[in-house]
Amino acid sequence: MIKGTIKVDTDRCKGCNLCAVACPKKIITLSETVNRMGYHYAQQSDNDACTGCAACGIMCPDGCITVFRERL
Amino acid sequence: METVYKKPRLLNDVTMHYCPGCGHSLVHKLVAEVLEEMGVEERAVGICPVGCAVFAYRYVDIDWIEAAHGRAPACASAVKRLWPDHLVFTYQGDGDLACIGTGETIQALNRGENIAVIFINNAIYGMTGGQMAPTTLMGQKTSTCPYGRQADLHGFPLHITDIAATLEGTCYVTRQAVNNVANVARTKRAIRQAFQNSLDRKGASFVEVVSTCSAGWKMTPEQANQWMADNMLPYYPLGDLKVNGEKK
Ligand SMILES: Cc1ncc(C[n+]2csc(CCOP(=O)(O)OP(=O)(O)O)c2C)c(N)n1
Ligand code: SF4
Ligand code: SF4
Repeated sequence: MIKGTIKVDTDRCKGCNLCAVACPKKIITLSETVNRMGYHYAQQSDNDACTGCAACGIMCPDGCITVFRERL
Repeated sequence: METVYKKPRLLNDVTMHYCPGCGHSLVHKLVAEVLEEMGVEERAVGICPVGCAVFAYRYVDIDWIEAAHGRAPACASAVKRLWPDHLVFTYQGDGDLACIGTGETIQALNRGENIAVIFINNAIYGMTGGQMAPTTLMGQKTSTCPYGRQADLHGFPLHITDIAATLEGTCYVTRQAVNNVANVARTKRAIRQAFQNSLDRKGASFVEVVSTCSAGWKMTPEQANQWMADNMLPYYPLGDLKVNGEKK
């Protein structure tokens, strides 16, 4: 089984939500709290469902997302 | 764990000044990815516009020149003639490229300068606060046409990319977008083709990217992508207009 996970650079995230729109599993949400620029940053709400497809990373305009994949 | 996607190395580790979700950021990232994959960062020169992308030189770690408003294609022509083995490209918005710089754009393309032109069409002047641009759609509201663009008062949208395709100096003319994963992949391929053409001295290449300006359009980034797909793409359809000097 392939399992994915993402790491968001929350300091540079602008909360545009385009990663969440792109995620086919709909497991990216914006945080309740804000980062130092005042933006609600992206976070993965259910990382068990992530397949590591990288749609979020590709669509993030600011290059804030690193996507990893591992074979379980 | 295997890394399947990460920010390109040539995209500097700073926060870009662009508004959240701005197409400029995504296209900058693609430019950095392409230059990195081609391994040409040491002989690539970009020419910045005046407009929101005025600070592009801060973000992609190659050599850049800041041109006067609209004069990027003239500047690029000079650099490429002096350094024929370099990859030279401009990066311009619709106001810069198709309004104040229309003359420079058409002349450089028509001379067949071996440069690549990346044209971000967001149908508005983003930097100065959302005024009407040459590419503003009929009926589209901006701060200088608050009741919507009207033909009798404002004239018609300028089809600069279609004009580019008619010029004998262009070898490659395409229109792309960055609103979904598939279109991002196509835009990246188009930028790579245009950059390769500059290196191979095949003539001028022109890559329009139909983009968004959520701030100027007064929408969320998500709404802006939807508005773009619903309103701009029917008017500015995606695809190649010219490949290897042959009109499509
Ligand atoms: C000679 C001159 N005229 C006008 C301006 C004001 N100005 C700055 S950016 C701009 C247009 C920007 O629009 P666009 O090229 O579409 O880029 P965007 O900001 O939308 O990316 C204008 C008119 C200027 N800086 N210099
Ligand atoms: S696409 Fe990037 S900047 Fe936008 S919310 Fe997601 S991680 Fe943040
Ligand atoms: S004003 Fe428009 S073009 Fe400029 S950074 Fe903001 S969204 Fe992008």
